[in-house]
Amino acid sequence: MARVEKLECRECGRTYEAAPIYVCDFCFAPLEPVYDYGSIATAMTRESILKGPASIWRYVDLLPVDPGTPRVDIGAGLTPLLKAGRLGAELGIDNLYIKNDTANPTHSFKDRVVSVALTVAREMGFDTVACASTGNLANAVAAHAARADLRSFVFIPANLEQNKVITTAIYGGNVIAVDGNYDHVNKLCSEIAQKGEWGFVNVNLRPFYSEGSKTLAFEVAEQLGWKAPDHVVIPVASGSLLTKFRKGLEEFHKVGIIDAPPHTKVHAAQALGCSPVVAAIKAGVDVIRPVRPDTIAKSLAIGNPADGYYAVKAVNETSGMGNDVTDEEIVSAIRLLASTEGIFAETAGGVTIGALKKMAERGVFAPGETVVALITGMGLKTAEALTGRVGPNVHISGDLENFEEEMRLLSAYE
Amino acid sequence: MKIPTQLRTLTGGQAELSVDEASNVRDLLGKIGTDHPQLTERLLDDNGEIRRFVNIYVGEEDVRFLDGLNTNLQSGALVSILPAVAGGTTTADF
Repeated sequence: MARVEKLECRECGRTYEAAPIYVCDFCFAPLEPVYDYGSIATAMTRESILKGPASIWRYVDLLPVDPGTPRVDIGAGLTPLLKAGRLGAELGIDNLYIKNDTANPTHSFKDRVVSVALTVAREMGFDTVACASTGNLANAVAAHAARADLRSFVFIPANLEQNKVITTAIYGGNVIAVDGNYDHVNKLCSEIAQKGEWGFVNVNLRPFYSEGSKTLAFEVAEQLGWKAPDHVVIPVASGSLLTKFRKGLEEFHKVGIIDAPPHTKVHAAQALGCSPVVAAIKAGVDVIRPVRPDTIAKSLAIGNPADGYYAVKAVNETSGMGNDVTDEEIVSAIRLLASTEGIFAETAGGVTIGALKKMAERGVFAPGETVVALITGMGLKTAEALTGRVGPNVHISGDLENFEEEMRLLSAYE
Repeated sequence: MKIPTQLRTLTGGQAELSVDEASNVRDLLGKIGTDHPQLTERLLDDNGEIRRFVNIYVGEEDVRFLDGLNTNLQSGALVSILPAVAGGTTTADF
């Protein structure tokens, strides 16, 4: 690994050789890759980025892999940043953008982190990769492992819904159904990960894996014309994406890709039924009180978030806000985004747009300010949240006369 | 009590430690601390609270969802220690 030689503890600063270790031996705090920003600043320019592939790999200089390593790549990243004129008009935000990460290969931002994690896994000589997940992460790991010809194990609770099993199992890896709830699966995985034989993407590969999230910040800045936005609204599960988004903007400035130091206010969005990070922000404390999740936003339902403490810090240090939204507001927000911008988001996207709406109503965004909302996963993944909420609004017998009659009634209502 | 790999240098390589009797988690850590004072230091902060990045389980349950350090222990109870990053996140799907 030429690019990253060391990992450093976020709390006590102890350093470790770049290896599949994930917490500081001393204080158990997370580890971060250490980059040589001086040499990156020489190698990485706007031109070098523009000449790079149309994927996260155009930012390889700021990812924890050797530039020469064969990449595990099915095209994650460089997703559209859409100017959201209709949604903006609806919410009273004149300069709103949607970062549409539903456009990734397995339809969520997890393709970014997994593409990085599996590239590193291969570099480190793992022949087996694994994760505990029932959703976006499971899909991304299974798909990338198939592409990379790596053995994969995805651990899921045995009572999982069929469609979630299919969207992972189709890629042909091992899907291990575990008796018990998600907590049990997760605890089992952390015990297996302790053995160190497999690359668990979000456990022993976590310091590398989570760096992939920075590419969302890099892309947003590039797509805004090499500028950081004034505001970004980010859905929070573990808190890693939010923390890394901010880190990405800072790094882009550090290596000279963006001129001004990022001034972006980073806002956290959570579902009211699982809002340990937002609750801490609102209470003005940095201690996360674990909660038992109860929300339809299952991809965000982490009651004891690993990077929660750092997410709270990032929000506070950038003068951002924490916002929580009810399940009802999540569903309305999913419909609002779809009906104004043509983007069908999963429940986490409903959380983001719900939070965005609340902040707009409170007048958080000044006229002309650039606001970016991250839509991290696509709606089909959580279609059950809309069961009975959307469907045909006209039912006809099938003959032309009946159709024309119904159309007359319909236009009378419009 | 199960000891994670990161802390086994403090237990002479032992993966498990046992005590004859402990009424709750605090009591257990106190008793283990007499032989392995550095171990308790890593688990508890200066105020005697569980450190931010440490998760302690009784059976399958994170003690933060029980009575914390006051969580009662039955005879034969298995207590595990894991780094917070590794798991202990109560998640439905991530």
